[in-house]
Amino acid sequence: MSKVSKRFYLYFFLASALVAGALSFYASSQPDGLEKVAEDTGFLDTAKDSAVSGSPLADYGVAGLDNERLSVGLSGIIGILVTALVAFGVFAISKRFKTGAKN
Amino acid sequence: MLIPRLHIPDGFVNLPVSALFGLLSIAFVGLALKGAAKTLDDRTTPLAGLTAVFIFAAQMINFPVAAGTSGHLVGAALATVLVGPYSATLALTVVLGVQALLFADGGLSALGLNVFNLSVIAVWVSHFAIVGLRKVLPKTKSGVTIAATVAAYISVPLAALGFTIQYAFGGTGTIPVGTVGSAMIGTHLLIGIGEALITFMTVSTVIATRSDLVYGWKPTLEVRS
Repeated sequence: MSKVSKRFYLYFFLASALVAGALSFYASSQPDGLEKVAEDTGFLDTAKDSAVSGSPLADYGVAGLDNERLSVGLSGIIGILVTALVAFGVFAISKRFKTGAKN
Repeated sequence: MLIPRLHIPDGFVNLPVSALFGLLSIAFVGLALKGAAKTLDDRTTPLAGLTAVFIFAAQMINFPVAAGTSGHLVGAALATVLVGPYSATLALTVVLGVQALLFADGGLSALGLNVFNLSVIAVWVSHFAIVGLRKVLPKTKSGVTIAATVAAYISVPLAALGFTIQYAFGGTGTIPVGTVGSAMIGTHLLIGIGEALITFMTVSTVIATRSDLVYGWKPTLEVRS
């Protein structure tokens, strides 16, 4: 990979880290579109807790961290790292479908 | 709770319909795994992975849209123009999987519903909108950016329509489909404005700096030469 590309990808990653790690604290905590519709029209009560609702990262916070800014920011950073790991894994798998003839 | 829940939880749609959409989603993701291979090379793969990362991050930023309501980026049109529809499907699916499994956002039985609406409907609507709009728009970087922006706007209410269809077939609530559908689409016509703005800002930045990596820009170059 060229130096220019490396720098571009680094900036792309840092921008994501800034959004997930710092700006996320300033997100609106009003209910999201779907949840609001469910509440207003009257079917929100049919929602069930996720089977993983006990996850230490449930609802974009880190269990045990009382500082909200730290909790949501750290959960965001963990989120982008895990997403990066899984995404690069998936794209590596996808590349294996490339047939020799086409390349 | 600072970040509201973003995706369909378990319980809104019954298990048989959720399972059906789970199977449909598996089929489309399988096709995407094969299809993405053709567009992935050593130069574009990092962008595909980073697109997933950026979408995870951006989805954490809920923005206010109306009294007591917020919305967030889906990222389907953004991903489609940057890395193509197959890689976009994979990127969105990875984000939804991580959110459902680690962050308890979006139910586990509802994962197929969420993947179908965002990774399949929103991505392919975006793809066809971008292809169609590029035929009529100027063959310039701005043309591609505007195509992606309009696609972004359209993709959001259509993903909301996806939920409405799922609710129509398997909703466990007693509220009529028409009521749910008009509320869903009305709200998401507003949320789409945020989607369009974020897509415009991101795509115009990337296309200005590294248009050579942008999937939606390459065919334009071929047409021109």
